[in-house]
Amino acid sequence: MGELFLILISAMLVNNFTLALFLGLCPFMGVSAKVGTALRMGAANVFVLVITSITAWGLNTYVLGPAPYLRIISFVVVIASLVQIVEMTIKKFSPALFRELGIFLPLITTNCAILGLAIFQTNRGYGFLEGLAFAVGAGLGLTLALVLMASIREQTELATVPSVARNMGLVLIVAGSLSLAFMGFAGLFTG
Amino acid sequence: MKTTTGREDLLRGVWRENPVLVQLLGLCPALAVTNTVANSLAMGLATFFVLMGSSLLVSSLKGVIPHEVRISAYILIIATFVTIADMVLAAVVPDIHKALGAFIALIVVNCMILGRQEAFASKRPVGRALLDAAGTGVGFVVAMLLMGTVREVLGNGSLLGVPVLGSGYEPWVVMILPPGGFFTLGFILLGFAWWRGRAEERPAVREWPHGVRTSTRKEAA
Repeated sequence: MGELFLILISAMLVNNFTLALFLGLCPFMGVSAKVGTALRMGAANVFVLVITSITAWGLNTYVLGPAPYLRIISFVVVIASLVQIVEMTIKKFSPALFRELGIFLPLITTNCAILGLAIFQTNRGYGFLEGLAFAVGAGLGLTLALVLMASIREQTELATVPSVARNMGLVLIVAGSLSLAFMGFAGLFTG
Repeated sequence: MKTTTGREDLLRGVWRENPVLVQLLGLCPALAVTNTVANSLAMGLATFFVLMGSSLLVSSLKGVIPHEVRISAYILIIATFVTIADMVLAAVVPDIHKALGAFIALIVVNCMILGRQEAFASKRPVGRALLDAAGTGVGFVVAMLLMGTVREVLGNGSLLGVPVLGSGYEPWVVMILPPGGFFTLGFILLGFAWWRGRAEERPAVREWPHGVRTSTRKEAA
């Protein structure tokens, strides 16, 4: 149990997917203008990451043993189809939930955080439960980064910044500062 | 669709519509693996290869792929070339392959590549698609090398592993760590915005004495 908690915290803070590994930058730059949207995007991310983790574990354990070179192709195809099926199921059974999360699902499928999680999980040889902890940690980390970024951007919208900085340049510098702050978590478990 | 010459197709992606520096596509590899010039170059070339291969195949197969499943077909084609690139890198430069790690597999989800297939290769003849892919690919390599050079020189005081800034230089270690990636690209984009702003202001500056003269003439009257 302690080890699972360690994986979760490590994926969430120490090796934050967005701020330390640069995964999931598209939503980080694109959907981080409002805190509410950022929260919903984060929740949808956690959801897809958990599905991905289970799928990748299943594929690795039962299917890909004899043909590891098909890994990249099969991960992409299977995860994309599965998310599509889940999206249709949610749309059918809970339109309210679909309105909250559903519109983000197709966007998330082609997000590098998803494939990144599947590949990292494979490379590190995580089992089923470890994979789940990793996925939840990574998802919470993405949510945290999105919400932090959104709350900063809501402030910079009102600030008087020089005209050259009214584009992505400022967002990247802010992201760099956040990333610098998150490096402070690096020594969390060694002491 | 606007007709373009082959020359325009080739040169567009290199600088004016540079995928990373202007369109902000493919940021994930541009930030993640540019901590040394060697890694940047390997990643740039691998992406170049995948882009050329995918554009060639997508453009050749454009009459065969049904419209409804085109995106899935593009992704399958891209993933095939990424698998080849992954194996070649592992065989030829195992050290760099290890340093790049999962980011080689992540070329599949580089939106720049899928973007070129959807916006260009799927609608144009093979030759034009290859020119466009070559231009965009070179633009990506240029951006990767720019990032890699800045980060390695400032963060490690070296270029391609050879020390260039002398032994008295205290490396800015932060530049080769993740925050350095964000800062480098951030400052490059700020620099571009400043430069573009200056270029737009220049004619106004030239007209300035003229404007002053009219206003003083009015005051005199």
